[in-house]
Amino acid sequence: MERRASSKLLFRGSDWNFATLSRAYDAIETIALDELNLSVYPNQLEIISSEQMLDAYSSVGMPLMYQHWSFGKRFVYEENLYRKGRRGLAYELVINSNPCITYLMEENTMAMQALVTAHAAFGHNHFFKNNYLFRQWTDASSILSYMEFAKKYIAKCEEHYGTAAVEAILDSAHTIMDQGVFRYRRPPRLSSEKVRERARERLEYEEQTFNDLWRTLPPTAEGSDPSEAERDASERKKALKLPEENLLYFLEKNSLILDPWQRELLRIVRVIAQYFYPQRQTKVMNEGCATFVHYTIMNRLYDQDKISEGAMLEILQSHSNVVFQPSFDDPRFSGINPYALGFALMQDIQRICTEPTSEDRDWFPDIAGSGNWKETLLDAWANHRDESFILQYLSPSLIRKFRMFQLSDDANDNYLEVASIHNERGYEAIRAALARSYDLGANQPDIQVVDVDLLGDRHLRLQHNIKNGVLLDEASRDATLRHVRHLWGYDVSLAGVEAETGDALYECSTAKYA
Amino acid sequence: MPNFIDRRLNPKDKSLGNRRRFLRRAREELKRVIKEQVKAGKITDVDADHSVPMPSRGASEPTFQPNRNTGRREHVLPGNREFSAGDRLQKRPSGGGGSGSGTDADEHEDDFQFVLSREEVLDFFFEDLELPDMVKLSLKETTAFKPRRSGFATTGSPTNINVGRTMRNSYGRRIALRRPSRREMEALGEEIAKLEAEMPLQGSHGSRLRALQEELDKLERRRRRIPYVDPIDIRFNRFEPQPLPNTSAVMFCLMDVSASMGERDKDLAKRFFVLLHLFLKRRYERIDIVFIRHTDEAREVDEHTFFYSTQSGGTVVSTALEEMIGIVEERYPASEWNIYAAQASDGDNISGDSERCASLLRDHLMRICQYYAYVEIIDERETDIFGSTDNGTSLWRAYRTVDGEFPNFQMTRIARPADIYPVFRKLFAKQPTMQLRK
Repeated sequence: MERRASSKLLFRGSDWNFATLSRAYDAIETIALDELNLSVYPNQLEIISSEQMLDAYSSVGMPLMYQHWSFGKRFVYEENLYRKGRRGLAYELVINSNPCITYLMEENTMAMQALVTAHAAFGHNHFFKNNYLFRQWTDASSILSYMEFAKKYIAKCEEHYGTAAVEAILDSAHTIMDQGVFRYRRPPRLSSEKVRERARERLEYEEQTFNDLWRTLPPTAEGSDPSEAERDASERKKALKLPEENLLYFLEKNSLILDPWQRELLRIVRVIAQYFYPQRQTKVMNEGCATFVHYTIMNRLYDQDKISEGAMLEILQSHSNVVFQPSFDDPRFSGINPYALGFALMQDIQRICTEPTSEDRDWFPDIAGSGNWKETLLDAWANHRDESFILQYLSPSLIRKFRMFQLSDDANDNYLEVASIHNERGYEAIRAALARSYDLGANQPDIQVVDVDLLGDRHLRLQHNIKNGVLLDEASRDATLRHVRHLWGYDVSLAGVEAETGDALYECSTAKYA
Repeated sequence: MPNFIDRRLNPKDKSLGNRRRFLRRAREELKRVIKEQVKAGKITDVDADHSVPMPSRGASEPTFQPNRNTGRREHVLPGNREFSAGDRLQKRPSGGGGSGSGTDADEHEDDFQFVLSREEVLDFFFEDLELPDMVKLSLKETTAFKPRRSGFATTGSPTNINVGRTMRNSYGRRIALRRPSRREMEALGEEIAKLEAEMPLQGSHGSRLRALQEELDKLERRRRRIPYVDPIDIRFNRFEPQPLPNTSAVMFCLMDVSASMGERDKDLAKRFFVLLHLFLKRRYERIDIVFIRHTDEAREVDEHTFFYSTQSGGTVVSTALEEMIGIVEERYPASEWNIYAAQASDGDNISGDSERCASLLRDHLMRICQYYAYVEIIDERETDIFGSTDNGTSLWRAYRTVDGEFPNFQMTRIARPADIYPVFRKLFAKQPTMQLRK
């Protein structure tokens, strides 16, 4: 009996080789697909060294990335922390692409490789493939080819126009990456390589054949119809489809000074911003899903006697480090740990489905006691983002377990007020407040293009809709505006308007720097 | 079956190019930071301080960020033990939310610093400063060579034989060719002698003796054929001519340390010389610096005394110039040295001496100096008055006449530490055209 049990082991000791990796992968895959009913993109697992891992995360986790100094800055920063021992390296990195690429570090032990495979190659992979945000807003099959195009295109521009010129545009574009996403409108799909190639050829042809000598009109904007001067402002805005929340998109389409290649650079930055937007909206769910999947699979493998006790202990130790949530007054506290919250939420769903209390039956009549936790989770993973997921599934028992409380913080007040705590009266409020804190749309400054007079002074007017009186940090605001001005070519002003009352709270403009 | 790919052997340093770009960018920023530090009056620190930290803000990437000290917000935090709804908590005096709602990341960002070595700092400091007329327009242009040992050669003059190496070769060759050693020969000789002594010879002894004799003859022939030292063993020291840089220069620092020079004036002058000193140490591979300080009499002193000891007395500027002329004649013939001089003074001089200074300059010094800088230290209140006019002390007016005559003479006034660096740059800025000595 003893011998039979040990002969089932997938691996022994901590060393790994490709045969054991593959054996472990197959065992994990069986559980993931057959028992958890996950559906994943084909996997590609790449073994890399720690240096390559540093490289990978300094280029925002993409295997292909254009060259820019800010990635070098990130590398120096990360390497510094790593060398001083202030931060360990991630054990894994996974890319939302088809096939789904997972990086495994060569330094990991075999137990860790198995954990990472379950976590990334199945957990994250399933989430990327099935979550509605990723399905609608990103295109996993074409991102790598797009990145390859972007990298080549930018390298070519550098060759042609000089590194400094390209850098100047990218610097400015990067500052408004957060304002470079469509939040409510679905972005156009990435065109295929062929279409892109043709569009680029056309651009190049236009550039080659363009001769400024033949220009008979002063440079003006598109739609410089003389009758437009008489139109009123609202029609003008309508023509430009204002207000526009996507600053990068607006500048790419309407800037008067950008050359075609510069517009293409803005487009590249915008596409990347958009690609990462769903990841930022689903941090808790994505990590929770991956952590729940690895935890479940690893336990299952242990139950099947496929993992030794020693390896399981190592896995559990690593797991509990990942889901550790220090209290707010702990020196290690730095906000709510998305792994901890996500994992706890999903375990809680499993508990509610299988062993509900009467409280759970009141709060979650649909799922409590249904016993169908797999389906419930698959559904949640597919159809929610962090905000809606927390709003839907954060249970009173979990609020108690985390001992959550809600603080109101008014900048004009010297006191913080405890608005609610983990009791009967507080559950709803805490759940709503926590969900709101994950709503990117609500937490990021809402800045839109509201008006521009293309025939007049071409002054670009932005509006910041101020919610709850939260203003912008002035130094970085002014610096960012200068970058917007650089892309627009004429003065840019930003007006802060209180969203509820419509009162103008501040106005600043780049005119003073001119 | 998944697709495993081993990328470990892929080229590393994919972000090397990015890092280079970043450092190039940071460099510009650091240059600016250092220049500002110098302007703020910390010139002496440049030599003392070996590092300059730069916050990452230098290469900042601004974005629209919410200001954490405004507005109303809600936080949900874990780990409540004692609070109940309605409790009011005093905010931390630092302001802000008092909660760790992600401010950590910002703080870490600020910790990110560059630490520069002193060399790097000085590089930034002296970038694009250049001593004028670096090329000595004289016979000194011919580069001198100095022989330098570099390995061994098979040919050469007998004086250069390297005995150690030669004997080593010879020993090796003797072992390889099995040259009979002296001890071997002697042992054989002794045996023969012993046998010969045992007369009369028996048959077996006779043949043994003959064999030994033959053996000895053979060894002797062998010894003759294989010499102890063969010409092929000989190695000579090899010398290679190494060019000597033609950048030998001498810098004269002249300073008035009389009572009329207050602490402030001395401090300014010191700073000017420190800067000069640093600059020259970098520019020239070989540089002599002569410090001459004067009151009513001049004396050559070492660097420490020059900068840090005090003296009192009257002021006779010309003594310093005479001392300098004497030192040049004695140790630094103008035909072999690039001579630079800088003089710092408050302009006070005994009456009638200023004209003498001017004529010493005209008749002697300006003919041997590559460059002569006169820095007058004035009161801050005088900046407005004297900043732009030619009026001033007698020394200033006397030097003014020299100024017009010789292009390699420069004079200027400084009143504040912040003035020094720009003036320094002006004095030693790259000259558009090379100026010939008159």
